[in-house]
Amino acid sequence: MRKRSLGFWLQLALTLLVSAFLGVPIVQSMLAGVTRNIFVGLKSGLTVDWIDQVLALYWPAILLSIELALGCLAVTLVIGVPAAYGLARAPGRLARLMEEALVLPVAVPGLATALALVVAYNGWGGFRQSAFFILAGHVLFTLPFMVRAVLAVMASSDLATLEEGAASLGAGFVRRFFDVVLPNCRSGILAGALTVVTLSIGEFNLTWLLHTPLTKTLPVGLADAYASLRLEIGSAYTLVFFVLIVPLLVALQLLARPRAARPMPEE
Amino acid sequence: MGAPRGRVIAGLMILPAALLFLAFFVLPLVRLVVAGGAGPDGWAGYGTALADTRHLASLMETLVLSIATTLATLVLGGIPGLFLARNRFPGRTFLVSVLTLPLAFPGVVVGFMVILLAGRQGLIGQVSQLLGGERIVFAYSMAGLFLGYIYFSIPRVVLTVMASAEKLDPQLEEAARSLGASPWRVFQDVILPGLKPALISAGAITFATSMGAFGTAFTLATRIDVLPMVIYTEFTLGVNLAAAAGLSLLLGAVTWAALALARSAAGAGVAAAG
Repeated sequence: MRKRSLGFWLQLALTLLVSAFLGVPIVQSMLAGVTRNIFVGLKSGLTVDWIDQVLALYWPAILLSIELALGCLAVTLVIGVPAAYGLARAPGRLARLMEEALVLPVAVPGLATALALVVAYNGWGGFRQSAFFILAGHVLFTLPFMVRAVLAVMASSDLATLEEGAASLGAGFVRRFFDVVLPNCRSGILAGALTVVTLSIGEFNLTWLLHTPLTKTLPVGLADAYASLRLEIGSAYTLVFFVLIVPLLVALQLLARPRAARPMPEE
Repeated sequence: MGAPRGRVIAGLMILPAALLFLAFFVLPLVRLVVAGGAGPDGWAGYGTALADTRHLASLMETLVLSIATTLATLVLGGIPGLFLARNRFPGRTFLVSVLTLPLAFPGVVVGFMVILLAGRQGLIGQVSQLLGGERIVFAYSMAGLFLGYIYFSIPRVVLTVMASAEKLDPQLEEAARSLGASPWRVFQDVILPGLKPALISAGAITFATSMGAFGTAFTLATRIDVLPMVIYTEFTLGVNLAAAAGLSLLLGAVTWAALALARSAAGAGVAAAG
């Protein structure tokens, strides 16, 4: 092993420091969520009482978030994958303009979009008060991630040639889409799906204005717990959130790794 | 494939997404603009709201905070990102995971992380007290917000810089070194220019996300007057729709412009989140 330079050690020190800044509070919150009394510290013993309380108090919110994430996934798959195909295929300025436009809901802060949605749909009582209202916001926000992930894969594989080959063998459009296009975009669809579910579960900026007392989501509950309950419950609730979201993030990282040489999917 | 037929199919495939976009984004925005102008002062309400000194002060504060966050994060995320992309050592993968994990944390969770670090029972306070000083607590101030914004921006910068650093051509660096350039010169003249597009796009994401972030400020304190908090209070407490709408549109225009500028400068896909 060659000798490391001073620069190496300085950079390593900064990297470790920044990692500690990000990692230490995560560990702290996970520990606090299972500690009997945080003011006494770990010597007060470990417990799952706080997690039990969180599940008792916030189970509907956790469940609604999972349902919303799955609903969001279904809609972005059904709408987003064909849209990506259409955008990859449609030539010209209009398609590029459309591609730009679809990303706007991500570029504009969620609070502003939510305000517009609330003002526009306030008269539609049934819709406004249902979870579908939140779903609409989540789909709007996550759709660009699905479209872009699939578009990135479509751009890097020579889909046009493959499709032409299939067409020359007599395959109709539907056959080509399901037997040629979709299998070739699998990695992009998977990356998009993981991103959509992760973002939907954690979405707060839009959801806070869109939710009603009957349609609270997991992050809305988190804000509520942080503001009004003891530190241990807030921590335990955060722990529940991590348990839901970390496997998704790890899967995303594993998926991105072998493709490091290609354009990155997370944009 | 017949070109017209292919075009019709492509159009039909985009149609559902386009309709959704119209119904839940374009139309609501138009309604918001109209509703903001329908207040007691009519369209002049926009002018009054945007000229309000409190609103202007909040806009300036948010701008300064976002620019400071962007600069700090480019350094604090850029150096580890470059370092991790260029060096192999035991534990590297673990560090990459820790540095990218908070990518999908919502603002509220980041706010809670800041409370755990710098709040009343926070780690920083405990350590400072242990060292004989007084208990340092700054989570509920602008400094706490700054800490939170750096927290959620670092993963994005690390990822972007790492991806870009892995694509740098090592031959350029070798050439510079063989011509006698010092490590610092190599960094300044070869590596930094190569990373420029990534730094611009990561900086733009950080800036835009900080401008529009709501959850972190909401968790830390309602008294910090960053623009999203002002919009929220004007809408819910003040029911001043003209102000809320005007400031929202202004905020959206600023973040969109930052991302669009960066994209034309860097040529990469840029989007904010969180």
